[in-house]
Amino acid sequence: MTDIRMTGPSRLLRWLIPLTVVPVLALLAYGFRTDPREIPSPLVGKPASPFTLTAFDGTSLSLEALRGRVVVLNFWASWCYPACYEEAPSLERAWKAYKDRGVMMVGVNYQDKEEPARRFLSQFGHSFPNAPDQGSRVSVDYGVYGVPETYFIDRKGRVRFKQVGPVSDELLREQIERLLAEAA
Amino acid sequence: MRPAGLLLAVALALGLLAPPPAGAQPAAPASPAPGVAPTTAPGAPPAGAKVPVSEETVHEVAAQLRCVVCQSLSVADSPSEIAHQMKDIIRERLAAGESPEQVRAYFVEKYGTWILLAPPREGFNLLVWVVPFVGLGLGLVLIFVVLRRWSRRPTAPPGVDRIDPAMRARIRREMAEDEG
Repeated sequence: MTDIRMTGPSRLLRWLIPLTVVPVLALLAYGFRTDPREIPSPLVGKPASPFTLTAFDGTSLSLEALRGRVVVLNFWASWCYPACYEEAPSLERAWKAYKDRGVMMVGVNYQDKEEPARRFLSQFGHSFPNAPDQGSRVSVDYGVYGVPETYFIDRKGRVRFKQVGPVSDELLREQIERLLAEAA
Repeated sequence: MRPAGLLLAVALALGLLAPPPAGAQPAAPASPAPGVAPTTAPGAPPAGAKVPVSEETVHEVAAQLRCVVCQSLSVADSPSEIAHQMKDIIRERLAAGESPEQVRAYFVEKYGTWILLAPPREGFNLLVWVVPFVGLGLGLVLIFVVLRRWSRRPTAPPGVDRIDPAMRARIRREMAEDEG
């Protein structure tokens, strides 16, 4: 009689163990397959935030004035080594290749000091406009987490792609060509 | 099967009755605390500074936002430059007449719900809010069931019934035979 009672706890455990282990395993299986660093931008597909910046050379830059052109908006910093240094030559190459084909490239200098930022620009011979982001207003408007980040804005002024991390020649060509192929 | 059903029922009840965890955003009024001097960021454009903003409200909004360059730090707690600038942006937006809820919504619009330190209670995120209470409930029920078993068992006098009645009869019989 008492022997039957003895099996009680083990019968309970038979249910409890899978009841707790299975959901935990399922959660871990889900968690380990997603990259916690990959955060999708909610801005892709939405109109790009307007901005007005004063470039290092003193000229004024505004997104409004660039409507009708494909805009490559690159956030960078001189302290961002090596990623920003890796992508810098690719940006300049893409700028030279596309500047006469309706593409504008704007560099936004994030959380930096003016002197090293200028040194960075002259080191890579950047000929596209670059501007410091006072108070990080533009960076926050674009949901920038860190540098480098690059946004591709179509002719209608919508954000179409966001690259977190350095851009390559291939990526720049691919995204710019895709947006250029679209009608204005 | 019965204990499992009971566990589930208790766990669900606990989960549903759980009070909102600390850190959930309170429905704060937009009006600043009385007696607090209007403060403006040193670098804030004067054009935006229309409504007096209390540092308390700025802190309250900043405490709900994740510092983008830190690990597990709020904008309010981070000493980083970007967190300072984000606080300036919060202050400016409040000064321009936005409610704390609207300022929060601005950051969510730009960064997604990732920017919120407390995940919104919907969809898959609900797990985070419910599972701790379900776990607590399961643990309590388990302790209750096990304790009840343990406290009940010693009431049966140990040893007495362990001997098979047939065996006892035989022992008695044999002892009687020896005596006789």
